[in-house]
Amino acid sequence: MAPYGSDDTTTADENDDLRSGRRKAARYVVPVAVVGVAAATIGLVPALASSGDPDLPEISAEQLIEKIAESDVEQLSGTVKISTDLGLPDLGGLESALTSGALGSGEGGSSADPSTKLTELVSGSHTLRVAADGPDRQKISLLGKASEYSLIHNGKDVWGYDSETNEVFHGTAEESGKHEEEVPATPKDFAEEALKAVDDTTSVTVDGTAHVAGRDAYRLLIKPKQSGTTVGAITVAVDARTGMPLKFTLTPSSGGAAVIDAGFTQVSFAKPDASTFDFTPPKGAKITEEDEAVEEGRAGRAPGKTPGHDTPEGDLPEGEPRVIGEGWNAVAVLETGGEGIPSGDELEGDLGPFGDFIDSFGDKAKGKFGEGRIFTTRLVNALVTDDGKVYVGAVTKDALVKAANAG
Amino acid sequence: MSRADLDPAQEGTGGTAQESAGRTARTTQESTEQRIPLARRGSLLLNELRTTLRRWRTLALLGVLAAVPVLVGIAVRIETGDGGSAGGGTGEGPAFISQITNNGLFLVFTALAATLPFFLPMAVGVIAGDAIAGEAGAGTLRYLLVAPAGRTRLLLTKYATTMAFCLLATLVVAVSALTVGALLFPLGELTTISGTRISFTEGLGRALLIALVVAASLTGVAALGLFVSTLTNSGIAAMATTVGLLITVQILDQIPQLDAIHPYLFSHHWLSFADLMREPVYWDDLVKNLGLQALYAAVFGSAAWARFTTKDITT
Repeated sequence: MAPYGSDDTTTADENDDLRSGRRKAARYVVPVAVVGVAAATIGLVPALASSGDPDLPEISAEQLIEKIAESDVEQLSGTVKISTDLGLPDLGGLESALTSGALGSGEGGSSADPSTKLTELVSGSHTLRVAADGPDRQKISLLGKASEYSLIHNGKDVWGYDSETNEVFHGTAEESGKHEEEVPATPKDFAEEALKAVDDTTSVTVDGTAHVAGRDAYRLLIKPKQSGTTVGAITVAVDARTGMPLKFTLTPSSGGAAVIDAGFTQVSFAKPDASTFDFTPPKGAKITEEDEAVEEGRAGRAPGKTPGHDTPEGDLPEGEPRVIGEGWNAVAVLETGGEGIPSGDELEGDLGPFGDFIDSFGDKAKGKFGEGRIFTTRLVNALVTDDGKVYVGAVTKDALVKAANAG
Repeated sequence: MSRADLDPAQEGTGGTAQESAGRTARTTQESTEQRIPLARRGSLLLNELRTTLRRWRTLALLGVLAAVPVLVGIAVRIETGDGGSAGGGTGEGPAFISQITNNGLFLVFTALAATLPFFLPMAVGVIAGDAIAGEAGAGTLRYLLVAPAGRTRLLLTKYATTMAFCLLATLVVAVSALTVGALLFPLGELTTISGTRISFTEGLGRALLIALVVAASLTGVAALGLFVSTLTNSGIAAMATTVGLLITVQILDQIPQLDAIHPYLFSHHWLSFADLMREPVYWDDLVKNLGLQALYAAVFGSAAWARFTTKDITT
């Protein structure tokens, strides 16, 4: 054994093997302790932060709903985290290729077109930034990796800007005012959609309080009374002071993780900086005017509505939907004409290998309606019959077949 | 202690015996001093920096780093010469690449985004891996330790040198990119990725801030490399291990099934520097990144210390 290198600071006990052995081991305690402290901090801090629900005066469900309706928050800015888990396989880039291909937006569409871009929200986790100053000025930004997609409404203009491809979409408020409604992104949008569905088939209660984004909030619990629906419960956290919905969670009746979970992680009700809403297209950006975009990809513009959000009475892109059943068990029926909609074989020509892929989603079903295929997600189920009828609803498979038999 | 008289470019063993003999003589003499004057404490670091920077290996690494923005700049220039947009407008390629033609300053961001995943940490891994193991391999480590400086101080000096290299390497990329960007493309007001506009001066300020954040992002790899370097007496082995770990971590970060561990991989939040180009700046991931780097520096720095101060130094 070679002699120890001279470490001048500790020469005294250099010869004592036992002590030096202990000292050696003792030094390794430092990195281990650092790891321990870090792990404890990571584990404990969120637990401590979320502990203790705030004490708020009692309030009835009616009063709370009224509070939401009366909420007149016009100015806010904040960060929204939204995760959707419809139970579709995570396809990554494939998925967007598939959606754009299947929905026919084609190559001509601009990547800055709001309707193509915001369909991304249908799956996965996303971070959004929202800012609003009155009815004329709003901005929603979808944060991507080293890029951002911004949708800015300022007075007459509606701008979409995709920093990744440097493309700009431009529309005017008259024609595009509907964009904001088309795409529910904030907890408020979701909550309003959910409250629309409230009738005598629904129980609404106040379920305690919670801290959301550092603010005190009431929890409004919306539960379907009927069985047969895939919706388990909807929880809306409502800011106690302003009545603004801060968090929206939809859990499926099958249990498991929330299908939609959208909530503010940070919110401020101060007036956002005016420069937030200023937008001048950057030099060299490719600008698509809305009129052109409409012509280029008429079909592609339809799917602005996210499936997760399709309430039973939701309008569907083509044909007039007929509604069977009521409340949560409502099923929309679409006549697509004689051609029939996606069965894998027919799509084969357009989608190549994806045809089989689509087939793998569907379960065959038979009934009075004839033969068809059922496509399931954790929230919305759809039955596509071979003669081109589509039954869609937030109901279980059995309920869907029953509705199809009856209709 | 004083290494000024040792030929700094020297890495091999040729002639070391003679040199080290001289060094031993000097250091033995110096070891009688009980306290080291403050000025000389600084000089240990300065000597260390000078030694590192005069190595051909270091200069070659910096040269490669400086060449990346030149290549990217020229490639974008050629591709967009006919008025097209970089990346074919499909959003492929490194972040910000589609913006370069409109504003040369974006070349700085693109170059950093292109070099951060691999070139920069690899260069840092080479320097950090060599820090202790290289000295041990060349047989100069024990002479360094004869000096009264102590192992802890030597280790701190080595880490400080590596960090200085992180900063220098990042700045080399940034300055090279800025120069190329200014020569090949127009400059001026720029659009943040949130769609708002900022002045060129503010853009420059953000570029500097981004360079600092990128340099800070490398401190985790630097600490890891230093720890690996205390484990072996072979400089090559330490460098290879550090770069190997870097690649492994990058691969692990790409596997979706492992997303539970992703937030703890040192490279996971690296691209968050782009959040400085949002308006307002989105701090969440930046803070996570810097915190994670500090954690890696603390864990592997102290592990390196525990190892190095108790190690048998035989070479």
